Amino acid sequence: MEKIPTLSYIRPFVSTRNACKLCSPLGACIAIKGIEGCVPLIHGSQGCATYIRRYIISHYKEPVDIASSNFSEETTIFGGENNLKTALTNVINQYQPKAIGITTTCLSETIGEDVPLQLSNIRNDSSNSNLPSLFTISTPSYQGTHMDGFNATVLEIIKHFTKKMPSADKVNFFPGFVSPADIRHLKEVFIDFNIDAITLPDYSDTLDNPVWEKYYRVPKGGTPISELEQIGSAYASVELGSFTEVKQGGKNGGKELSAATWLENEHGIKNHKTILPIGMNSCDTFFDILSKVSGKDIPTKYVMQRGRLLDSYADGHKYIFGKKAVVYGEEDLVLALCSFLDEIGVEVALAASGANSGKLQKEIIKHCPEHGKSIKVMSDSDFEQINEECNLIKPDFLIGNSKGQYIAKNYNVPLIRVGFPIHDRIGGQRVNHLGYYGTQELFDKVVNAMIEYKQNNSPIGYKYM
Amino acid sequence: MVKKIDTTKGLPDPSEVMDEILGKYPTKIAKKRKKSLVINDPEGKKEIQANVRTIPGIITQRGCTYAGCKGVILGPTRDVINLVHGPIGCSFYAWLTRRNQTRVPEGGDNFINYCFSTDIQDSNIVFGGEAKLKDAVREAFEMFHPKAIGIFSTCPVGLIGDDVHAISREMKAELGINIFGFSCEGYRGVSQSAGHHIANNGIFKHVVGNNNRDRIGKFQINLLGEYNIGGDAFELERLFDEAGITLLSTFSGNSTLKSMEYSHTADLNLVMCHRSINYIAEMMEEKYGVPWIKISFIGAEGTAKALRKTAGYFDDPELTAKVEEIIEREMKKVNAVKNTVKPKTEGKLAMMFVGGSRAHHYQDLFREIGVTTVSAGYEFAHRDDYEGRDVIPSIKIDADTRNIENLTIEKDVELYRDDLAAKKKQLLKDGYNFSDYEGMMPEMTKNSLVIDDINHWEAEKLIEYYKPDVFCAGIKEKYIVQKAGIPLKQLHSYDYGGPYAGFEGAVNFYLEMERMLGTQIWKMVDTPWKTEPEIVGSFAINE
Repeated sequence: MEKIPTLSYIRPFVSTRNACKLCSPLGACIAIKGIEGCVPLIHGSQGCATYIRRYIISHYKEPVDIASSNFSEETTIFGGENNLKTALTNVINQYQPKAIGITTTCLSETIGEDVPLQLSNIRNDSSNSNLPSLFTISTPSYQGTHMDGFNATVLEIIKHFTKKMPSADKVNFFPGFVSPADIRHLKEVFIDFNIDAITLPDYSDTLDNPVWEKYYRVPKGGTPISELEQIGSAYASVELGSFTEVKQGGKNGGKELSAATWLENEHGIKNHKTILPIGMNSCDTFFDILSKVSGKDIPTKYVMQRGRLLDSYADGHKYIFGKKAVVYGEEDLVLALCSFLDEIGVEVALAASGANSGKLQKEIIKHCPEHGKSIKVMSDSDFEQINEECNLIKPDFLIGNSKGQYIAKNYNVPLIRVGFPIHDRIGGQRVNHLGYYGTQELFDKVVNAMIEYKQNNSPIGYKYM
Repeated sequence: MVKKIDTTKGLPDPSEVMDEILGKYPTKIAKKRKKSLVINDPEGKKEIQANVRTIPGIITQRGCTYAGCKGVILGPTRDVINLVHGPIGCSFYAWLTRRNQTRVPEGGDNFINYCFSTDIQDSNIVFGGEAKLKDAVREAFEMFHPKAIGIFSTCPVGLIGDDVHAISREMKAELGINIFGFSCEGYRGVSQSAGHHIANNGIFKHVVGNNNRDRIGKFQINLLGEYNIGGDAFELERLFDEAGITLLSTFSGNSTLKSMEYSHTADLNLVMCHRSINYIAEMMEEKYGVPWIKISFIGAEGTAKALRKTAGYFDDPELTAKVEEIIEREMKKVNAVKNTVKPKTEGKLAMMFVGGSRAHHYQDLFREIGVTTVSAGYEFAHRDDYEGRDVIPSIKIDADTRNIENLTIEKDVELYRDDLAAKKKQLLKDGYNFSDYEGMMPEMTKNSLVIDDINHWEAEKLIEYYKPDVFCAGIKEKYIVQKAGIPLKQLHSYDYGGPYAGFEGAVNFYLEMERMLGTQIWKMVDTPWKTEPEIVGSFAINE
C-alpha cells in the first residue's frame, strides 16, 4: 500500500461532511439583489445559476432571477467572452436593468477569464449604446464561503459606483448579511434618529415582496444607483460585523479591506464598526453610535424597547439560566449570538462556523465577558464535527440555520432557526434578529423553546408557567 | 373574477401569442426558439427542437450535468457514499434537496442524509486535488465502511485534469470495495440529461451484473426511473408485494446499489421516467436479454394499465386474477374520492413544465379529474420524449451528445436470457408492445402549446394568455407564478406532499387539487385580468 501523502490539513477531517457554509457566488448574488434595478449574472455553467437560485428562492420564497452565461465544453476551451456578450444582450432585452452584476465561478476563474477586460471591450464597442452599468466580482467557489462573496460584492459595488461629489449630509450603512426584516427595522431606526442613510445592500423589498398588481420582472426596491454614487460623499459609515474584510490580491499587497475601510482610506469617511446588534450590550453600542453620529439622544421609542427587553430578561431568566447552547453559522452571526446568549446566562458550549478567518475565537472572547474563554470555538468546521461535539456536550438547544435540524433531531432538543438558509419553515426572510426589537423576538423564542421542551417532557403536563 | 371559458369547441390556435413571444427576441434567437415552440396536432406528426443548448442570458429551468448524475440518479441510493470532488457549493446544493425518501432496514447503511465534498481550495486548483481526493476516500472508508463509493467530478476538477477514474481504480484496489468515478462536469452537456446518461453508463459498467444470485421469485422485475420523491416508491412496492411480483431493484428510489448488482437477473424492466433511465434498460436488454416496457404509475388508470401490462407479460392466471382483484378494490376507493372531487375541478386548466417525463405523466392525473392541460413541456427531454421513440433514428447527433460516451454492449453469452428473447418474440406477434414510448405530444389536445426549455418571458406571456387554474413546475418558478395569483404545484419536490404515484397517490393528488384549486386565497390576490373584461376563448375538455 502506498504511503498516505502527508497533507497538512488544519482540521481533523479531509472531506467536508454536511457543510456549514455555502459558496461564494451565492453570497454575491444576494448582495447584488440589494441594488435597485440590478440583475445578477453568473459567468460559468448554467447549473451554478440554477442551484443558487433554487437555494435563495427556497429561503426567501420570492422570484429570484439570476442569469447565466451557460458555458459549454467549447466555451471552456475558447473562453467565455462571446457567451457573456450574448447573455448581457438577452438580459438587457428582457429586463431593461439599470445595472448587471457579473460574478465569476470556479469554472471561469480556473480558465482565467478576464471579465473586467471583457466588460471594457463591451463598453468601448460603439455599437453598444445605453448600456446599463456593468460591474464584476471575482468569486471563485474554491475561495472562502458565501460571506466572502457577499462582502467582496459590497466592496466592489462601492468601488464601481462611488463618484467624487461634494460632501453630503448622509451616512453609509452596511448591515451585512441579515434578514430583509432586519434591514427594514434598522432603516427605520436610522430614520428615527433623523439620519439620511444609504443602506447597502438593501434587499429588504427585493427579496421580500408583497403581492403585486402586475408582474415586475425586476422587483421594486434596492439601493438606488443615485445613492450609491454619493457614498463617497457621506460624513460617516456604520458597518455591522467583525468579519467584513475581503482579502485583496497582489497589487494591494495582500491587505484586507471592507467597504467601510476602503471609504475611510480613499474618502476619509469615519467608520463606526460594531458587531451585529443582538443582545443588550451590542444594541447599546449600536444605538450609542447612532446617537453620536446624529448628535441626537436615543428616541423614546427605543428607550422603551430597551426597557421592555430588559424587563423580559428578568422575567424569562429563570427558564434559561445555565442552559447549554450550540451556535453555528456565519462568523458574524455566531459572534453576535454568542454575545447575546452570554449576557442572558446561557452557557454557549460550542460556537462553530464553516468559515475560517482565524479571528473567531479572539472576537468571541472580546465580546463575551462572562464566559467567553470557556466557549469552544470551531472554525472551518462541518455539521458532522458539530454533531460529534454535541454527543459530548448534550446541549439543551441549538441555534442556527435549517441545516442543523438533523442534529437537533438526533439529540431530541429544540432548534431555534436563525440566519440562512431556513427552508424547512415559512418566514425565513421575516425573522427579526437585530436591535432591541429583534433581540426581543429572539429572546422570547429561546425562552419559549425551553418551556415547551419542559412541558412536552413533563409527565403531568403543566399548562401554567 | 375570471369569466369561465367556453369549453365546447376545442382549444384556440395560439399562433398569435407565439408570435408575440418570438417578437421580443433578436432575429437569430427568435429563429432558434421558434423550433422549440410547437402547436400540437396529435394526428399530423410535428417535429420539436429539444436537447439543444440554452441561450445564454435566458433564464432557464435547466440544471447541469452534475445535477443529473449525482443529484438525480445516484442521490437517492442509500448504500453508496457519493463523494463530490469539487468546491463546496456543488455538494451543498444537491444535499437532500429532491426529497427522495428511503426505508432503511435494521442495521442497513444509509448515507443519503450526508453531503460529502472534498471542498477544494485554491491550492488544490494550483497543485491538483488528487492527493486530497485519495485521502478523502480513505477517510470515508474508515468512518463508514461503505460497500461502495461514487466519485463525482465538477467543473474545476475537469479543467485541472484530476482523473477521478484512475483514482477510483487505485482506491478500489487499495480498499477492496467498489469505487467508481463519474466525469459529470457541469459544463459538459446541454442539461442534466447528459448527467443521467453518464450515471447510467457508470452504473451499468461498475455495478449491474456484479452478483449473479439465484432467483428468489416467480415474477422478477426492476422498476427503472422511479426516484421515490414523497414516498411514491413505497406505494408501488405495496402493490407489487400484494400481487406477488418480486421487485428486485429500483433505479434508484428507496433502493440500494447492492440490489442493482443483481438487477440483471430480472425477467422484465418497467421504465417510469424514460428520459433519465432508458439507457440502462436498453443496455440490459442487449447484454442480458431482459426486455423493457414503458409504463406510468401516475394516475389511477395508468396504474391499472401498468399492472395489467406487467401481468400480461408473465401470462399467469393466478397473477392476472390477483392483479384484477387489486385493481377492482383500489379503483373503488379511488372512484369514491374522484366522484366528490371532479365536480369541483372539472373544466379547469393546467399548464406544466417539468422534468423529462413528469410533464407527460401528470396530464393523466389531471385528466382523471377533468382538468385539461393547455400547454406543457419538458426541461431537459429529447425529441423522443415528445414525439415517441420512432424518431430516434432521425435525431441529429450534435457535439454535445457525442461528448458522452456511448458504451458498446456485447451479449453476455453465459447469462443472456434466450428464453426471454423468445418470449418477447412471441408476445410481439400477439400485439404486445415492448420498448415503446410514444411520447407526450400524441396524447395532448389539438392546438395545445408544447414548449421545450421554457423560460421566464415565455411562461409569463402564456400565463397571461391562458390564465390557467394551476401551473406545475418547480421551486424556481413557484413564486413567480404565484405572484400572478395562480397556484403552483411543485412536481419536483411535491411541496412537502405525496406520494402521488399508484392508487393511493392518485387519491392524494385529487384531494390536493381539490384544496389547491378551490381555496379562497387566490381570490384575494389581485391580478390584472381579474378586473379586465374577459375575452371568451373556446376550450374543450379532453376526456
